[in-house]
Amino acid sequence: MTLSQAPEATAKTTVDAADVARFSALAAEWWDENGKFRPLHKFNPVRLAYIREKALARFSRDGTARRPFEGLRLLDIGCGGGLLCEPMARLGFAVTGADASEKNIRTAAAHAAEGSLAIDYRATTAEALAEAGEKFDVILNMEVVEHVADIGLFMGSCAAMLKPGGMMIVATLNRTFKAWALAIVGAEYVLGWLPRGTHEWAKFVTPGELRSALTSGGLEVADLTGIAYNPLADQWRRSTDTDVNYLMTAAKAA
Amino acid sequence: MSSACLNDRHATGLDETGGLAHIGRMTTTLETGPETEVLISGGGFAGLALAIALGRAGLAVAVVEPARATGTESAFDGRVSSIAPDVRRMLTGLGVWARIPESQSVSDIVVSGGTVGGAASPFFLHFEREDGGAPPFDMVENRFLQAALRATALDVPGLRLIDGARITEVATIPGRIAATLSTGETIAAPLLVAAEGRDSPLRDRFGIKTAGWSYGQWGIVCTVAHERPHEGVAQEYFLPSGSFAILPMTGNRASLVWTEREDLAKAVMALDAADFAAEVARRFTDYLGAVTPLAAPSAWPLALQLARDYIAPRFALIGDAAHVVHPLAGQGLNLGLRDAAALAEAVVDAGRLGLDIGGMAPLEAYQRRRRIDATLMAGMTEGLNRLFSNDAAPLRAVREAGLGLVNAVTPLRRFLARAAGGTELGEAPRLLKGEAL
Repeated sequence: MTLSQAPEATAKTTVDAADVARFSALAAEWWDENGKFRPLHKFNPVRLAYIREKALARFSRDGTARRPFEGLRLLDIGCGGGLLCEPMARLGFAVTGADASEKNIRTAAAHAAEGSLAIDYRATTAEALAEAGEKFDVILNMEVVEHVADIGLFMGSCAAMLKPGGMMIVATLNRTFKAWALAIVGAEYVLGWLPRGTHEWAKFVTPGELRSALTSGGLEVADLTGIAYNPLADQWRRSTDTDVNYLMTAAKAA
Repeated sequence: MSSACLNDRHATGLDETGGLAHIGRMTTTLETGPETEVLISGGGFAGLALAIALGRAGLAVAVVEPARATGTESAFDGRVSSIAPDVRRMLTGLGVWARIPESQSVSDIVVSGGTVGGAASPFFLHFEREDGGAPPFDMVENRFLQAALRATALDVPGLRLIDGARITEVATIPGRIAATLSTGETIAAPLLVAAEGRDSPLRDRFGIKTAGWSYGQWGIVCTVAHERPHEGVAQEYFLPSGSFAILPMTGNRASLVWTEREDLAKAVMALDAADFAAEVARRFTDYLGAVTPLAAPSAWPLALQLARDYIAPRFALIGDAAHVVHPLAGQGLNLGLRDAAALAEAVVDAGRLGLDIGGMAPLEAYQRRRRIDATLMAGMTEGLNRLFSNDAAPLRAVREAGLGLVNAVTPLRRFLARAAGGTELGEAPRLLKGEAL
């Protein structure tokens, strides 16, 4: 069921009706706010608000505008089903969503097509995009670096894709005992929010390590903010506590 | 204490054929028509207030209203509403209040109990101004409020008023709801809002059930002239078969909202003008001198009706479509406009984050915020009504003791006054605090 303004990504693939149905079904799963991805949907508003606030300030945009980021190019690395790409596209960014999984990309493209959102989805890696010489105003690395083998190499590729004056936002998990207890034991084993084995504690990144990887890539760290979960309100909030989830913003000199 | 805002009923007949068959046509409409982000069915108070709030925040809104615009100011129909301070702040912020030509500030509400024609009963309960703040409420003729909302709506860019049309079919398509209008036009929007009044056809179409019951009472509304100035003081008498509210209007006029047992109400409505005037005078008493009805009364049956849910996927109910409460506390219109304030805020905030404005996140935020308020209000008015609408001696003793207690216990009195003013129940939506979205 595609509407007329299907994004380019769909146009590029060979459209097969059964395939479209399969990916639409997967998209419905990704986007069901009370389904399998509920924890991600609950987590989304707090990080969207952070990205929006940092980008408004960085690019001096008007927050009351419906599409404040018109004219800016954004890359979302590890975009999954597009839970960040779609909001970013609605806010006016020209969005490229990259994910190593072909299945994720086709799922995300199917959903964007249903909502008539033009998003450039690509089954590729940050390294490949950097090699191709792609440049962006904003790069999002949300919940990605804790799955990356060589963080220095990865951050170097990302930093190279940032235009002068651009910004990168990284969200990840700190390598603390508390993070192990909450993110692995709590989220994967007790609450069952995430499949077991989603995270490997040894790969978690401390703010210090992230800071030095970003600095090595020629970026300047502008902000560090924690995110904490309030189980009573079932809500995520910004916090000064960076022991578990945290966000870091870095900028490239103009 | 309003003359209930139950006037925005629509006789819309939806057929049940809404289905995926319309999608082919939809595609064409989406290519050519302007994008609508929120489609509102019903251009009454709540629907227009929501449309104005969303339009001012930059959203593309369409309002479908079955009535045709007349273009001329309508004559006074006897309907008056009380506007709570928070709702007045919202109307001021939206630029609506400045367009209302006249309103009467009510400086105090005196609530008392008694029997018809009985000795002047002691005054049990005063809702005074708190800390020299805003008066408890303002009385506004419904026609002035409706005209002010319409005039404001016409000035909001991106707000489309579609008069003389109804939604006849709805279909779910990915990311939107497609609504077919009686004009043949199809509008697809991420969010559809029913502000259709108590008999909301869309509420039924979305399978949302209501709970409630008839009060076995009717509301009788009439405007009267009286000899001496009312000094902005409202009176509410709790008489055995219902409440009798005297709401000050501009000049030496007052609006009566008289609730009466069904059989008695029918008898009252059957009276000739002179006998009706005499019945009014007996209840009004002579504290403002002679009292003369200015027009024939109107009456309608009273019922409590609460929607079980205020939301469904890509769909929300506001105003009387979500809740109809007893008019004795004058909260029907205020509840509806507070719904509009809360829904507008949830939608605008979601939009600012780039979230789907018709997604469950903003809708759940709206429902969480509003359902408890309306339910409490329904419970409160229900409780008061049951307590007072009975002449059995034990109950009369309880209620007199009860009113005395309410008067004595300041925190409870404050709570009741603030709940009536809408400031007690959690963080208020920004619009109700007089802020912009």
